[in-house]
Amino acid sequence: MVGGDVPAPSGIEIRGLTVSYGRKQVLRDLALSIPRNEIFGIIGPANSGKTTLLKCINRTIEITAGASWRGTIEIEGQDIRRVRSVHDLRRRIGMVFPLPVGLPISIYDNVAYAPRRAGIRRRAELDEIVERSLRQAALWDEVKDRLKTLGTKLSGGQQQRLTIARALSHSPEILCLDEFSIAIDPVTTMRIEDVLLQLRANMTIILVTNLVQQARRLASRTAFINAGELIEEGDTEAMFSDHPAKPMTYDYIHGIFG
Amino acid sequence: MTGGKGGRSGGRRHGGTRALIRDLAERGIVVLIHLSGVSAIIFVFGIFFFIFREGWPFLRDSFDVRGFFLSDEWVPNSKTNPRYGILALVVGTGSVTFIAMLLAVPFGLGTAVFISEFCGRKPKELLKILIEMLAAIPSVVWGFIGLMVINPLIIRWTGAPIGLNALNAGIVVGLMSVPIIVSIAEDALRAVPDTYREAAEALGATRWQVVYKVIVPAAKSGLLAAALLGVGRAVGETMAVLMCTGHSVNVPFSGEFPFFHALESVRTLTATIAAELGESPRIAAGPDGIFPPEARHYQVLFVLGMVLFAITFAINIVADLIVKGVRKR
Amino acid sequence: MNAGGAGALFTATRFTRKKLLTQRIAAGVFALMAILILIPLLLILGHLVSRAWPALSWGLIADLPRDGMRAGGLWPAVVGTLYLVVFSRLISTPIGVLAGIYLNEFARDNWFTRIVNLAVVNLAGVPSIVHALFGVGAFVLFAGLGKSILAASLTLAIMTLPVLIASTKEALASVPQAFREACWNVGASKWQTIWTIVLPNSVSGILTGVILEVCRAAGETAPIMFTGVVFYRSGGGTGLFLYGPLDQCMALSYHLRTISTQVPHVPESLLYGTAVVLVGFVFVFNSAAIALRVYMRSRKKW
Repeated sequence: MVGGDVPAPSGIEIRGLTVSYGRKQVLRDLALSIPRNEIFGIIGPANSGKTTLLKCINRTIEITAGASWRGTIEIEGQDIRRVRSVHDLRRRIGMVFPLPVGLPISIYDNVAYAPRRAGIRRRAELDEIVERSLRQAALWDEVKDRLKTLGTKLSGGQQQRLTIARALSHSPEILCLDEFSIAIDPVTTMRIEDVLLQLRANMTIILVTNLVQQARRLASRTAFINAGELIEEGDTEAMFSDHPAKPMTYDYIHGIFG
Repeated sequence: MTGGKGGRSGGRRHGGTRALIRDLAERGIVVLIHLSGVSAIIFVFGIFFFIFREGWPFLRDSFDVRGFFLSDEWVPNSKTNPRYGILALVVGTGSVTFIAMLLAVPFGLGTAVFISEFCGRKPKELLKILIEMLAAIPSVVWGFIGLMVINPLIIRWTGAPIGLNALNAGIVVGLMSVPIIVSIAEDALRAVPDTYREAAEALGATRWQVVYKVIVPAAKSGLLAAALLGVGRAVGETMAVLMCTGHSVNVPFSGEFPFFHALESVRTLTATIAAELGESPRIAAGPDGIFPPEARHYQVLFVLGMVLFAITFAINIVADLIVKGVRKR
Repeated sequence: MNAGGAGALFTATRFTRKKLLTQRIAAGVFALMAILILIPLLLILGHLVSRAWPALSWGLIADLPRDGMRAGGLWPAVVGTLYLVVFSRLISTPIGVLAGIYLNEFARDNWFTRIVNLAVVNLAGVPSIVHALFGVGAFVLFAGLGKSILAASLTLAIMTLPVLIASTKEALASVPQAFREACWNVGASKWQTIWTIVLPNSVSGILTGVILEVCRAAGETAPIMFTGVVFYRSGGGTGLFLYGPLDQCMALSYHLRTISTQVPHVPESLLYGTAVVLVGFVFVFNSAAIALRVYMRSRKKW
């Protein structure tokens, strides 16, 4: 990998975040402080608002029908509502969702998609970005001889790694993963978890998961969200101990509800 | 880690001006898209506006409402006593449409039921292709067929002196309307969830029972809408009726059996406009803004256009309300 | 149904036999209806071709007419129809596609969108003669184009807009939403997403709509009759370049109508021949649309 500018990873400040779909409140007055260069876990039962939180960070909540949000989110001290271009903001954040999505274009074009939209045209540069991203996503060795294959023809596990490669292709400062392992096999999951551990040196990773053990393995700090409210947030080991700050946390982690 | 510049600063690295141009062009295209989106509304209003513009002097200058709608004397060319009663024309349109629907609705719905519920996959493709071919035949060719093929057939079968009459046009327009009825009815039948079919079959019903007891009632509004749109098609047809109806201004009803004389020649609203527009000159108003009486023929044809527009508009709105009513359920 | 004994459970009773018979009859009736509609189609087409046979030759299309349209070929009418089709497609396709993009990608689910959709449906239902009146009032008179190919093409373009809008909408809607979201999440704008992923995967559906309306533009008579098409017009140029955009022209559909109703003593084979040429032209394009649809289905990319 060629040396060069290393993007300074950022800290994320969330204050007073409230999101509603129509009249239904999905997140209530959420406040979080996510430090840089770490894996930050977010756990909680289904429909607790975890995905909504991620959508607020890259402002795709604004193109979700019927959604409205209040509050402040700052990345490295910069209010995300005040950026010059929301598309630039989204390029600073990598997003991986539960269901793998391979675009119906070649693997190469899948990974080169974001850089091209950002204006990069030179073939040599794109080649470099494609290889780097695919290596980081632990997919390069499997596809390097068939970069022209359609992205939709890959297996589920490969498509999820392709999605991760796509998310990394625009060198984000923040990588958000939303239950990324749901649709893939345990072996691929382990490989990706190793990748995440390596990536955190250069970016902030937010890991939303309903597999509490995954949070325990990877995250240094974790937040527990239930029904739109932040219940507890802190050091992962402390949360997983026998005496977390809130009893509900203990109940959730040990499967008593959720 | 490379690529940091490309990722983070986005357009800034690759020429601020190039990104600016791209931005502007994109905004322009989005504006164009929105404009095109509302274009349908603009055109619908435009159609009514321009027709109104040409026809409204007729309405302004001594418009005899009762005579217009209730009189069956359509003699716009008379120099001494021009009369503009459209009753015969409306009845003409109604007669042709009635016969056409007698043919098209049962056969159209029946074919739709067959395609949707009883047909195998291969024959279904073939049938659908044939129906599309039927739909593709231009109306002037249908008129030609009515003139050259059905005309002598009617003379042979019914002994009528001429074969250009309401029946001829009704048959032709009926055949023309079948595709649209089949298409919309088939959509309506297909929209009935498979769970209905499965539940009924689980209770022991045969396919036919499932169809007439469960599916047809469930698709009722869609089928009704299909029939209505077929009516709209028939009302609006121009070339085929122009060539097949025989053209006399005539109300084919009378007190003697069989009451509805389908073998008589009639004239429809559409054919009247098509036949007479070429011959009626457009005469400008005098310096005082008053139109001479010779100008009225041209103008009244546009008024007929407004009547047609209103009829098809009403049919479309009703059909739409029926379909939307279903969705609310 | 249990008439005693295990065997009675599975043999058909009179009741079930009657039900099955009713079903077979019903299925047969519906099949008959479908066939009865299509037999006239095939018979008529056969009849047209058989009566046209003596006149069918390449000369029918390529030669100029002679003897007051009673002999010779249809070339000027063919060219005129070609011009009208090409011009009206050029005008109508961009507007129709962009409108389809608006309705599927940008419009929100509110009363305004409902009105737009209603307008499209209504535009589709306007009778062709009313389109002719509109064309006369708006293009021939108001816009000052006079009776011309341009006025007729504009009229045809507006008439064929609804099908194009509907085809575009349908083609766009068949692209999964997951693709769009994937693009938005990597910082592509809405238009970039449409241009790079959604549109390229909708081209065949859109093309189908364009081809279908080629058929319609070639076949319609009423809208062009008063806006720019005449029975006899000697073109200014030669070969393919017979007309200029502000000229009037001949067209196959109008030609058929006139020689079958207004011109005496036209040989029957020429009449039928003209009909066959027109129907043939339309069928060729219709088949192209159908073939395109079948091809689409076999080349699914996802």
